[in-house]
Amino acid sequence: MARSIFLNGGQESALAVRRFFRLLLLVFAIPVAAAADGGVARPVGDPVVEARVNRLAEELRCLTCMGQSIADSQSSFSSDMKREIRAMIVAGKSDKEIIDFMVQRYGDFVLYRPPVKSTTWLLWGGPFVLLALALLFLAGKLRKRSAQVVTQLSESEHRQAAGLLGKREGESP
Amino acid sequence: MRRFLLPLAIFIVLAGFLAVGLRLNPREVPSPLIGKAVPAFRLAQLHAGDKFISPEDMRGKVWLLNVWASWCVSCKQEHPVLIDLNKQNRIAIVGLNYKDERGAAISWLNQHGGDPYLVSAVDADGRVGIDFGVYGVPETFLIDKNGTIRYKHIGPVTVEALKTKILPLAEELARG
Repeated sequence: MARSIFLNGGQESALAVRRFFRLLLLVFAIPVAAAADGGVARPVGDPVVEARVNRLAEELRCLTCMGQSIADSQSSFSSDMKREIRAMIVAGKSDKEIIDFMVQRYGDFVLYRPPVKSTTWLLWGGPFVLLALALLFLAGKLRKRSAQVVTQLSESEHRQAAGLLGKREGESP
Repeated sequence: MRRFLLPLAIFIVLAGFLAVGLRLNPREVPSPLIGKAVPAFRLAQLHAGDKFISPEDMRGKVWLLNVWASWCVSCKQEHPVLIDLNKQNRIAIVGLNYKDERGAAISWLNQHGGDPYLVSAVDADGRVGIDFGVYGVPETFLIDKNGTIRYKHIGPVTVEALKTKILPLAEELARG
């Protein structure tokens, strides 16, 4: 249980980091692409199928390389997975059927977006629980503070305060 | 001093989580296949390409399916352990020769002390491996008499793992 929280916990940030680096790569790749022009072999085949393969591959973790999705990875595991996804798309399977196929074999861990279920409620609900706790804490603090500020001094307290201030006048600047 | 107690407590809890997290092996992904039927396959045998092997042939026996390949570095590490296990005659080991070439696989066995497998199935394109959720070689599955996967060992089989987990469970399954 602890394991699933830890490994999944970084997923959202990992996705963000990967997006950022991909953007960065893209920026650097523009002049290179202009210079190389067609030097890189493009996958042949139906562009609609390829787009679906890529979209599904983004959702699946490369289990041999951990921090990468199948779409990002060049490992043989990932290319096998992509081949399998492509074959299933061509066979007319729906996205859900393809994802289910992977989960049946590799478990929820293969998904970059963990499903909401009993073992992952802490992962999904945890941040909201923390937010609620923080808000409760803040509300308590604010209430205590406002209760303190409202206090008014009685006549005798005023006199006492004035006396204390007068006594200290000679000592402090 | 008391105002430091809460941050300290939070720190200790976080450090505890990190300590546990560091000790977990992220490669050991729990297999969803445990308790499920062994995926069906019918593959050519390594040493006799015209003969086939299927999990059906092993029905009624408790057996190990060991995924191996000649390109797999850590398979060298577990190979003597498997050879030794085979000599003890306690459990049948079926090999799944994963994404390999027949010639390379056979000469690898000859070079590394022999063939511990009752038979090896040739999964040249790795399709059957996908059905078993294989993502790293070696992997070893313990399968019961009814063809249900009972245990999965990820990484090289060690004497330790055989003694503490695999063989006790296999003997229990053989009795039951």
